[in-house]
Amino acid sequence: MTDVQATAVDVRDEQVDALLKRLGSNDGPIEFDGLSAATDADGYALSTPESGDHRGLSEAEFRAAATEDGVAPYVTNWHYWEETVGHRGRHRRAFLRRAEAADERSVPARYVDLDSGMETEWGEVVVTATLGENGDRRYEIRHADDVGAAEDELDGYDDPLDARQIATDDDRGRYRPLKSAPTLISGWIFENLGGRDAVETLDVLYPASVANWNLEREDELDVTHWRETAERQTGIYDIIEDLPREAVEWVAEACCVDSQCLKRREWQYDEGDDLAADNGAGAFPCREPCSLVVAAARKWTKLEEEETHTYEFELTPSEKEQVEAIVDAVADGRIDEIREADVYEGANRYRTRFLRAKRFDEDGSLSGTPTDPTDEN
Amino acid sequence: MQALVIVAHGSHLNPDSSAPTHAHADTIRSTGAFDEVKTGFWKEEPSLREVLRTVESEEVFVIPLFVSEGYFTEQVIPRELRLDGWDVSAWDSDGLSADTATLVAEDTGQTVHYCGPVGTHEAMTDVLVRRAETVTGDPEVGDGFGLAVVGHGTERNENSAKAIEYHAERVRAMDRFEEVQALYMDEEPEVDDVTEYFESEDVVVVPLFIADGFHTQEDIPEDMGLTDDYRTGYDVPSEVDGHRIWYAGAVGTEGLMADVILERAADAGADIESAIATVREATRKTEADGEPGKTDTDREPRETDTDGETQAAGD
Ligand code: SF4
Repeated sequence: MTDVQATAVDVRDEQVDALLKRLGSNDGPIEFDGLSAATDADGYALSTPESGDHRGLSEAEFRAAATEDGVAPYVTNWHYWEETVGHRGRHRRAFLRRAEAADERSVPARYVDLDSGMETEWGEVVVTATLGENGDRRYEIRHADDVGAAEDELDGYDDPLDARQIATDDDRGRYRPLKSAPTLISGWIFENLGGRDAVETLDVLYPASVANWNLEREDELDVTHWRETAERQTGIYDIIEDLPREAVEWVAEACCVDSQCLKRREWQYDEGDDLAADNGAGAFPCREPCSLVVAAARKWTKLEEEETHTYEFELTPSEKEQVEAIVDAVADGRIDEIREADVYEGANRYRTRFLRAKRFDEDGSLSGTPTDPTDEN
Repeated sequence: MQALVIVAHGSHLNPDSSAPTHAHADTIRSTGAFDEVKTGFWKEEPSLREVLRTVESEEVFVIPLFVSEGYFTEQVIPRELRLDGWDVSAWDSDGLSADTATLVAEDTGQTVHYCGPVGTHEAMTDVLVRRAETVTGDPEVGDGFGLAVVGHGTERNENSAKAIEYHAERVRAMDRFEEVQALYMDEEPEVDDVTEYFESEDVVVVPLFIADGFHTQEDIPEDMGLTDDYRTGYDVPSEVDGHRIWYAGAVGTEGLMADVILERAADAGADIESAIATVREATRKTEADGEPGKTDTDREPRETDTDGETQAAGD
């Protein structure tokens, strides 16, 4: 324990007061993260894996024992989890427990780790849990790209609601309709947050992610598959139940893979009828097709009603490949990376303008072929 | 422990749609009247399906930030929130009188007091008047002024026109403005002909909309002749046919909307009387910064939502 700062493990009198008060209530003996404490006719009992059994203690002896090296971390740890965090907000508590691997690591081991900071990746951000005074926990949240950056190089925030602003636009100022898209801007930091504010901040950056993660962990996640979601729709969305299964595959591949959305897709076409598309490896699950996917599916439902036509186009082999390169570049969001003078890239702007000049007629039709074959001019 | 959840439409295309919802939530949060204040959206996150699980309280007051009873308040919201056993008859409403119904959310087990929309609450009349004060910069505005309340009309939802009529009548009964008129976008009396319906030289025009969007920022200003092209902006007031039109934009952006949300919750049994008084004062802007001004001149070009379903489509 020598590596943990003294102030972090010191026990405050009020913390022991709280412990005694709890023992005096009707809740029975305390068994928590290795701390055992009880009271009976012989006096108080107190033990931890490091302290051995203390029995028949007077209140004064109990207070003294509570501050011993082998006991103090257990007392402050108990205080943090049972008094500060409490049990209201089960999802919040579960997340904070996970942030320090509380169910796997002993209290002294955790205190050593927390002293240097324990990291949890969540979407594109990293939450770092540390020890505060007297075993309190503090949390820091920053973008994964900013791990290692000096705090004073980042814009500091402390109000969880400030995260709303951070999450609104991407780095090009475009509105982010999907909070789990991997387009969260970097350059900011929430420092020194309490547990409630830390979870609140995550809930702004990734709405409902903590609740759904914990429900999944507790085997209670209510996954709603595509069929059920589609059948539930009314109004302008009721048509999406007509989208063919094959097209639902393409929807998942288009929208839900990790390059587009960091939630891990848990919904399938139907119970027992899985989609082949990669569902991703995100920390938190997606339990149902989101409103963006439903709205896009409405468009695809209409488009997929069209019959195919056979068109004839004249293209050189390089032009065919260029068309493929353009589709790839748009689909992968690479347009901005293609340098102006890089004419080796099919999706280069000059290359594309050249193709348009050569192959489009004045109406913008490829090879002068009308879209509607009956429209032959 | 009691929580407030404000539910609204939201947008996939721009943040303006949900901005007033967040602003009102912040106002209410700062009063400390509720243990938690959260927002949920049809088109944003957290979705209506998942907002309740972000709330730790067992008792939740849900207030729809919509202007009238209709498709969203009667079907979409209760369905998405999974309110067990919901039926619109629980509100026993004539289209204007929905107050509250208490149900259980199937997935979370929370007790939900599902309230009528803000737009039909009587307190909304005060917001319309407050909006007129804000846009004119005059806390006493009324003398020599006409007031127009603008809505969609009945084409898509008959209750929408009912709400407009209701508030126009209530403002009229205050005897504060020279004239009060309900106007519509898609039926007579039309907002296009606003100047024909008023004798008063000065007319305040307040659309009963929750958020600014293309109807309030583009259609209505152009229809009234404030500008030929909304992108070039317009003056407040603008001269049209010898009248000065004080166009207020969506009433839903007015800070006092937070009060209507609280009133709805109070009517449903939330214990928040002192918060209501605080909000009424804190949201008053006319003395401090009610300067009439020019609107933004470089607005985004018109965009419809991904699929053309806007909030107006059913609210
Ligand atoms: S439906 Fe797909 S895109 Fe939408 S949140 Fe889930 S995984 Fe992401």
